[in-house]
Amino acid sequence: MGPLKKPPPVRRIVVDDEPTIVEPPKGPNGAGQTVKEGASGLLSAPRKREGKRGTVKERMRTDGLGVAYAGKPAVKAVSLPVNQGEVLGLIGPSGCGKTTLLRCLNRLVDQTPTATRSGTIYLDDEDVDRRDVTELRRQVGMVFQQPNPFPMSVFDNVAYGLRERGSRRPSRAALRPSVEEALDRAGLLEEVKDNLTHPALRLSGGQQQRLCIARSLAVNPEVLLLDEPCSALDPRSTTIIEELVMKLRADIAIVIVTHNLQQAYRVADRVGFMYLGDLVEYGEADQVFGAPKAKRTREYVSGGFG
Amino acid sequence: MSTPATEGRRQGLRAPKLPRPRLPRRDRGLLKDEEVVPWSIGDRIGLAAAWFSGLLLCAIAASIVIYMLVRGLQYVNLSAIGQHPIVQSTTTITGTSGGYLDPIEGTLILTTLGILIALPIGVATAVWLSEYGRPAWLARAVESGVEIVAGTPTIVLAIFGLLIFSKGIFGFLSFTAQGGAVFGRSFFIAGIMMSLIALPLVVGSTREALQSIPAHVREASYALGKDKISTIRRVLLPASRKGIATGATLGMGRIAGDTAIVVILLGASLTLQPYGNAPLVGTLRGTGSTLTSFVYANSPAGEGNSPTKAYAAAFVLLMIVILMNFVVDLFSRQGSDPWAR
Repeated sequence: MGPLKKPPPVRRIVVDDEPTIVEPPKGPNGAGQTVKEGASGLLSAPRKREGKRGTVKERMRTDGLGVAYAGKPAVKAVSLPVNQGEVLGLIGPSGCGKTTLLRCLNRLVDQTPTATRSGTIYLDDEDVDRRDVTELRRQVGMVFQQPNPFPMSVFDNVAYGLRERGSRRPSRAALRPSVEEALDRAGLLEEVKDNLTHPALRLSGGQQQRLCIARSLAVNPEVLLLDEPCSALDPRSTTIIEELVMKLRADIAIVIVTHNLQQAYRVADRVGFMYLGDLVEYGEADQVFGAPKAKRTREYVSGGFG
Repeated sequence: MSTPATEGRRQGLRAPKLPRPRLPRRDRGLLKDEEVVPWSIGDRIGLAAAWFSGLLLCAIAASIVIYMLVRGLQYVNLSAIGQHPIVQSTTTITGTSGGYLDPIEGTLILTTLGILIALPIGVATAVWLSEYGRPAWLARAVESGVEIVAGTPTIVLAIFGLLIFSKGIFGFLSFTAQGGAVFGRSFFIAGIMMSLIALPLVVGSTREALQSIPAHVREASYALGKDKISTIRRVLLPASRKGIATGATLGMGRIAGDTAIVVILLGASLTLQPYGNAPLVGTLRGTGSTLTSFVYANSPAGEGNSPTKAYAAAFVLLMIVILMNFVVDLFSRQGSDPWAR
């Protein structure tokens, strides 16, 4: 591999290499070709996704999605599918639009006054802009980089999304089964079942993050967006959350943004590489990591920059 | 970080013949003696002035507390706390006899009333400023409005209150004479004007608490499909409880300590003089006194002129205010941002 270049510090600087936008695969299962493992040391890492995936079904799709903050483009014409039964990993250097792309999927980007969005996002073939935003956000859950439980009890945190806006109804007793189920799915029930009334902010960081996952799962989302969910956590909590993601992907389409290439390799079935707002490469994780098509992907996954 | 010494070395200054400064311990040995540039005379005077001012302030605070403690304890008569002041008419004072039960009650009533009015208005203003704040010009106007209220001398507020609340339509708030003239002085009226003193403190402290909540906490609530109103109600306000409590306590301390509004708007009757027969409302519509006006009335400047009682009452007042500051300290000592890691 030749000498590696650092990425330009500012967006919108022309790079030597024309971006190779890879067309999204036609079939729901993608090309499915076998890839020889490359020389990259990454591929020797133990992987969590083994064996066959369940049925893979397209749930969300972006079509020519572009976002600009106060006129400066952050995401440029990105088209990619999000499949249930698979984990989609978004990788790339900081400030290249991964989180912005993620925040479009549940229209959280609408909260940023300077942001303008173009293109279309579909959830189950329906334009998300046509849907009620409350309904959309219940179907597309999100977990943030920092664990951010609300300043209330563990129970109330999970029940928060289930309750009507602002009110305390339905009652605790009615909500209890759903809350426990969500905590169980997030693998937290065993640890907190005796202290459901304790303040959530007293939990450890890893527990808080799993609580945030439980909070999102409580409303039965169809898509779960994870924005660098492990970057504030210790390795052990990271492992637990990665295993959790593996378990959840059968029922829920999962998108995970990560700076950690090893993590992307461990958990993602498909990987999108974002660079300066472009989706430079999209494909099977084995292909993106083992035989990247674009030069910049090759440089990035081999640790050249980022 | 640059000590004067390293600064001097960087600029290549030569050391004049002046006594060498003591370097902070961690810098000793880093520089050779000839590299050390002594502080200039101006810097030395400045440093001495800074030390002196800090120590002076400590001394002043300590002397106030100690002096009032000695004087107060000398004259505080525990039984007097439970006794009514003895008055000949509502405005003249007999002096040495009687206690100060009524002023203590008056302080408590006025403080509670003032903060009860200031709290909802202040929290609502802070929520609007922090979470909505559009259009920007209106937010700026609200901010400067709060600042103006904060900066207005309380005697001005008092006179303004008297002017407003002596109008006929506010007759229900105070004593009304036979001819229909409104007295314009009562606990209600003093409490309303007192709330203006506490308001800026509540607004400032609540707003600070709201703004210290990280954006991703709000977004987590939006991401669960909640709108702004329920986010504020269920997440942001509970998270800023401590800030709201701090503002309220600071405001109560200010109310308890204010004199001008009491003297002008509370009717200057030493004892509680209820107006009408309704048990609580009657008191609130009536006149009374607080510890501050009691101290004033009994000081050599006032009509009572019995300084010993003034000392004792001032001591009680000081204790109340110090206690409130202590409570504020307790609130602010617990970590302010539970999401910080």
